[in-house]
Amino acid sequence: MYNRPRIIPVLLIDDRDMVKTVRFKDPTYLGDPINAVKIFNRKEVDELSILDISATKRGREPDFAELKDIASEAFMPLSYGGGITRIEQVRELLAIGYEKVVINSALVRDPSLVEHAAEMFGAQSIVASIDAKLVKGGYHCVICGGQETIGLSPVDLAKKAEALGVGEILINSVDNDGGMKGYDIGLVKGVSSAVSIPVTACGGAGGIHDLGRVLREGGAHAAAGGSMFVYYGRLKAVLITAPGEEELIQAGIYEADC
Amino acid sequence: MVAIIDYGLGNLGSIANMLKVIGEKPLITDNTDVVRDADRLVLPGVGAFDAGMSRLEQAGLADAIREEAGKGKPVLGICLGMQLLGRRSEEGRMTGLGLIPFDNVHFSLPEGSCLKIPHMGWDVVEFRQESPLLAGITGRQRYYFVHSYHARCDSTENVLMVCDYGYEFASAVVKDNVYGVQFHPEKSHNFGMALLENFVKRC
Repeated sequence: MYNRPRIIPVLLIDDRDMVKTVRFKDPTYLGDPINAVKIFNRKEVDELSILDISATKRGREPDFAELKDIASEAFMPLSYGGGITRIEQVRELLAIGYEKVVINSALVRDPSLVEHAAEMFGAQSIVASIDAKLVKGGYHCVICGGQETIGLSPVDLAKKAEALGVGEILINSVDNDGGMKGYDIGLVKGVSSAVSIPVTACGGAGGIHDLGRVLREGGAHAAAGGSMFVYYGRLKAVLITAPGEEELIQAGIYEADC
Repeated sequence: MVAIIDYGLGNLGSIANMLKVIGEKPLITDNTDVVRDADRLVLPGVGAFDAGMSRLEQAGLADAIREEAGKGKPVLGICLGMQLLGRRSEEGRMTGLGLIPFDNVHFSLPEGSCLKIPHMGWDVVEFRQESPLLAGITGRQRYYFVHSYHARCDSTENVLMVCDYGYEFASAVVKDNVYGVQFHPEKSHNFGMALLENFVKRC
């Protein structure tokens, strides 16, 4: 058996700029997203996720023109999230070259949209993104880029998303975002053991070691990250990068042979 | 000219993008005249079997594809587009295009298997026969898969590649000028590009 968990760089965009946040705040400008996508393409990453962090906050549609340019450079599976409120937007995203549409706020605000989208385009096209934050020792979900706390735990929201028919869950830790000190394994494990659909972990990856750990100990099907793919070194110099096949095999993340 | 058949389901943009990089000028179309004029047909598709087949039938595309394939025009089905080349699917009730003798069945993993369905992610394949589609491609090839159903061929002579997910299944099928791949070459970096390039230049 060939075992190759997906390693997924997540690119945050904000008004056509590529940015990176810490704990969902203080977006730092990093450069041009299209250039970054070209580099990830050359690095042959497993999959790429593009998240627009300001679309929902500003009540704005996905930036289809920019997203189309990004997709034309990406010959790997692509997902997009941010500002999805209508089924036509899902259709348009799939038509311009995105395989998966990531839904966060609408999961809570308009669950029927999620249900219809999964029914119409197939479960594999819809990813439920769940952002979780620790509040007084318990996990709470937040939506709208972390601005609004809702009264559901990530496990409950994940089960709800699965019942709505989504094909995958992206669980992100607000507290660990941008910290590069490792994933919140407990959070990931809680969600991955509560649902039977694949769970992608996000939030906190600082290096290869963290990816391996969340896949082994967190029960994640895939490991996503932001900072480790855009920063280099202690001083966080901007460098678009991704671990290569050999490195991942050596770290025991990919098995060398089937 | 390569026609990418548009029947409302599928990642047409991705396939067109990769064909453009190869140097083709693909046409995305739902017009049967264009399908008849094209040198080659790509049948993409993501979604459910019956939804795909009923749209092909309604638009008159199913007959056009059958006829053109019968005349020897190269056809490449991708993902659901591959499954539609078969006779039928456990996913639905409709009759497929019937261009290659196979049925589509749901993955039946052994009890207690830790594998998840859909089979999603990158996987390696093994070539089972020589074909212009695979000309010059050597070394370990990996492709991106997303599917819950797979082809079960009547005969090994139609199995072009196999992949292992709990058990071995046909990940690509062939009969004369008709080819089908379960994975997404348009989303499989250089591995997929080599295959699409062979389709437009050698098939």
